Amino acid sequence: MKETDFRDNETLETFKLPHHNFLLTTIDDIIDWGRSNSVWPLTFATSCCGIEMMAAGAARYDFARFGIEVYRASPRQADVIVVAGTIVNKMAPVLKRLYDQMSEPKYVIAMGACAVSGGPFYYNCYHVIRGVDHVIPVDVYIPGCPPRPEALLYGVMQLQRKIKLQSVTDMNKSL
Amino acid sequence: MDNESIKARVQTLVPEAQLEDNKQFITFVIPAEKMHDLALSLKNNEDLAFDYLFCLTGIDTVKHLGIVYHLSSTKYGHSVVLKVQTPDRENPAFDTVCDVWRSGEFYEREVFDLFGIRFNNHPDLRRIFLDDNWKGFPFRKDYVDEINIVEL
Repeated sequence: MKETDFRDNETLETFKLPHHNFLLTTIDDIIDWGRSNSVWPLTFATSCCGIEMMAAGAARYDFARFGIEVYRASPRQADVIVVAGTIVNKMAPVLKRLYDQMSEPKYVIAMGACAVSGGPFYYNCYHVIRGVDHVIPVDVYIPGCPPRPEALLYGVMQLQRKIKLQSVTDMNKSL
Repeated sequence: MDNESIKARVQTLVPEAQLEDNKQFITFVIPAEKMHDLALSLKNNEDLAFDYLFCLTGIDTVKHLGIVYHLSSTKYGHSVVLKVQTPDRENPAFDTVCDVWRSGEFYEREVFDLFGIRFNNHPDLRRIFLDDNWKGFPFRKDYVDEINIVEL
């Protein structure tokens, strides 16, 4: 897509909260720039989308150049959790527990059709959760089954734009 | 051993075994009460040496519930498939083969979890995939789940 189309997205402006102080904008910009260019994910890949995520992290579609430098094994040290794969009823409490253990500010990317809405298992499956947003709040949805690595990179770029809208004044609140 | 000898050997061990034609492996349908002794003979016999149970699955044709055993030999490389059936759908039960092949423990737990088929003398028969307080056995053909499964 054209660069002008990518940058022109009015819905992101609705995320700006009214109490953002105009005196702090430069500080906000610096802090948000630092935060958005260095999101470290938690290792969480349940099924096939996990392979696509690994492919996106490998040499050809390297996403370390977007700031996703390392995967942290401990949720306390991670910024984002990329839910890549199908979440079943048995996995849901585990996912909730990991999300609760992450420290603020934390973000969630729902990658793939299964995490977005249950995917191919929407109709006749007795054990699949129809979308991970029944369990944790999601920031970016990436559709696809599985999404191409470029689609995952686009989702990460959208998350970076969303992070850039935060302000120092809502440090203790999540987005 | 070649296929004909294996067929002949199983036929002599269990005279009531019925051969099924045109299958990928040599397939026999065995009466359920003969299965455990047949398993021991197949494993301990020097020429057959079926020491690897590489698959144990449940099967639900609407008429009966059954188990399918896939055996193979690491020594000779030959394979055989055995099937047992029961028309009982309320309390289906078979003898376990865990004492013959240790890999049967998890397979039989999976069959119990998804079909509800019990195994006599199994060391640890409980659900393996679903939650412990799940009601019903999903792989049966008459499993009904109004909330999750959409009947089109």
